[in-house]
Amino acid sequence: MKFLSEYRNPGLVRQYIDEIHKITTKDWAIMEVCGGQTHSLVKNGILDLLPAKVRMIHGPGCPVCVTPLHLIDHAVHLAGQKEVILCSFGDMLRVPGSKKSLLQAKAEGADVRILYSPLEAVALARENPGREVVFFAVGFETTAPANALSVVQAAEQRLSNYSILTSHVLVPPAIEAVMNDEAAQIQGFLAAGHVCTVMGTQEYDPIAEKYKVPIVVTGFEPVDLLQGILMTVRQLESGRHEIENQYSRVVKREGNPGAQQVMQRVFEVRDREWRGIGNIPMSGYEVREEYAAYDAKRKFEAPTERAPESELCMAGQVLKGIIKPQQCPQFGKGCTPSTPLGAPMVSSEGACAAYYHFYQE
Amino acid sequence: MENKKSPLNWECPLPELDFDVITLGHGSGGLLTNKLLDSGVFDLLSNEYLDKRHDGAILPGGLAFSTDSFVVSPIFFPGGNIGELAINGTVNDLAMCGAIPKYLSLSFILEEGLPVAKFWDVLVSIRKACAIAGVPVVTGDTKVVERGKGDQIFINTTGIGQVHPRARIDPQRVGAGDVLLLSGNLAAHGIAILSVREGLSFESDILSDTRSLHRVVGGLLDRFGEGIKLFRDPTRGGVATALNEIARDTRLGVEIRQDDLPIDEQVNSACEILGLDPLYVANEGIFLAWVDPAIAGDCLAWLRQTEEGSQAAIIGEMVPEHPGKVILQSSIGGRRVVNMLPGEQLPRIC
Repeated sequence: MKFLSEYRNPGLVRQYIDEIHKITTKDWAIMEVCGGQTHSLVKNGILDLLPAKVRMIHGPGCPVCVTPLHLIDHAVHLAGQKEVILCSFGDMLRVPGSKKSLLQAKAEGADVRILYSPLEAVALARENPGREVVFFAVGFETTAPANALSVVQAAEQRLSNYSILTSHVLVPPAIEAVMNDEAAQIQGFLAAGHVCTVMGTQEYDPIAEKYKVPIVVTGFEPVDLLQGILMTVRQLESGRHEIENQYSRVVKREGNPGAQQVMQRVFEVRDREWRGIGNIPMSGYEVREEYAAYDAKRKFEAPTERAPESELCMAGQVLKGIIKPQQCPQFGKGCTPSTPLGAPMVSSEGACAAYYHFYQE
Repeated sequence: MENKKSPLNWECPLPELDFDVITLGHGSGGLLTNKLLDSGVFDLLSNEYLDKRHDGAILPGGLAFSTDSFVVSPIFFPGGNIGELAINGTVNDLAMCGAIPKYLSLSFILEEGLPVAKFWDVLVSIRKACAIAGVPVVTGDTKVVERGKGDQIFINTTGIGQVHPRARIDPQRVGAGDVLLLSGNLAAHGIAILSVREGLSFESDILSDTRSLHRVVGGLLDRFGEGIKLFRDPTRGGVATALNEIARDTRLGVEIRQDDLPIDEQVNSACEILGLDPLYVANEGIFLAWVDPAIAGDCLAWLRQTEEGSQAAIIGEMVPEHPGKVILQSSIGGRRVVNMLPGEQLPRIC
């Protein structure tokens, strides 16, 4: 596959691994922020090829995993309404709410549909004027532009039966939250390549400076990840803390201004609860007042009760990189992909799922 | 009154389960399907034929017997439709028993409101598939359900076949060192279906691989006989699920190499975009064969000359290490477990 096989080249992989082994002299803890990176590391067997001194810590960059329980309950509740067609990305369906997941709601008769793009949900609203179409708008900065665009399109088409249930989180505040947590002890970051495609790299400058920590914007293929790790280790070994861009074939310093514009038009930055982690100031997007008619949180009532989280699930500590998935006593026992206690066990970007599916004891 | 166990008590308590509703995942062929069947279905109906858990049963007198139901949506898809799928599916299940298919039954459940023209199109392609396979439909049934109680057409086919005189297909004959052959490119059927599903549709030339496999299987048995230990067609749940089932049943390990897995470039790209692992995507026109290492090379060479097997490859072997587990050697030299999937593969977020 052109533009992919080059980044899976075994010879190049070997070269990078050798180079990382050669230059590493001290113990380093590096966090890959994005769950997609975690999966690639585990799925390709890269973790076992790295020197023991280079420890990869899996970050909070799985939007499905940090979507608060009460929002999932809200989505399940909406899906249960007869007039509602609830649309979602596939990953969200298995995530357990306090009583059930969207997949279970679907099995019980709810009209839940898996879509690839929120723009298809707008089309669905147009074709079903008698129904309420709600799109569960989950994601980091990566999916925000398309979700915002769906609201703009619905407004332009004067659709009154389309809304989004937003669960949007932002990466830079999460990195700060991890750095402020003393238990985490992270020395370098691989920033999420696709988030930076939209946002650019500028917003990471103050973080690198404030915490004296190298941040390397990194892609998702084996060669990308190893090059990103090599660049981070090089910085750490030489005492630098800069923003570097490994993923320059996709990421520009200013990001994608068109995408940023549409996001800013529809969303505003607000405080946000992260499942398993807690409240992080100014770390999420909510729909602006001007588009209130397209905000499912304003349009529909939420279930009044807020259920507590499972006491057994240690997802928060996994998401902050304090423990590895298999260090959780429930891992693979009380918690499996078919009986999940928390979201990281079922999301396609969840660290627990990556270890459960791909890692050998 | 106390409920005493006696041969005359036909009550069976519902087994202890960690699910109380059937979800789509229970039909995915993966872990949930196995959980459902293991929860009591096999115990409840246990007998020497069923307990083998093969694609079909081998009965006294060298008869093979198999049944399958088809509920694919949409019923017309690139490269085929539910009709030829139903014929080829049961023909192939019999072939996987090492049998030559002889007779088929065909049973429809039609939904009220189905245009007769569609039904006719399906029937015509059934006739064509039967002609190509050389197997007649000899009995059948038709039922109609109310609108909304079905999805246009559901089909069940059942088949009887005669076991090939040289076939000795049995998972218990599979041993460490046996070589794993895959007869063609993987994942085409599942991706062809996905490409026309509502909400996911994308443009591609990917066609379902649905086809009958009994001729090529018969050809292998003519030439290599008992050197072939086992056949499996990796339909729903894909190659990964079939390999995991055999690893479990043989208590051996399976080693496969990512680089040796045959896959069409377009299918591979679609999997990348959709975030799906081709190893779990359904196939309808390829099979896995476990063969004696001494004949593996000849088997492959012969297969490659056939139309059905032109893309065949040796993808791995059985090993005594890690019993019950499937391990994949990744293209870049890492190793990982290939597990049975807990439910359906769902397209990812970004």
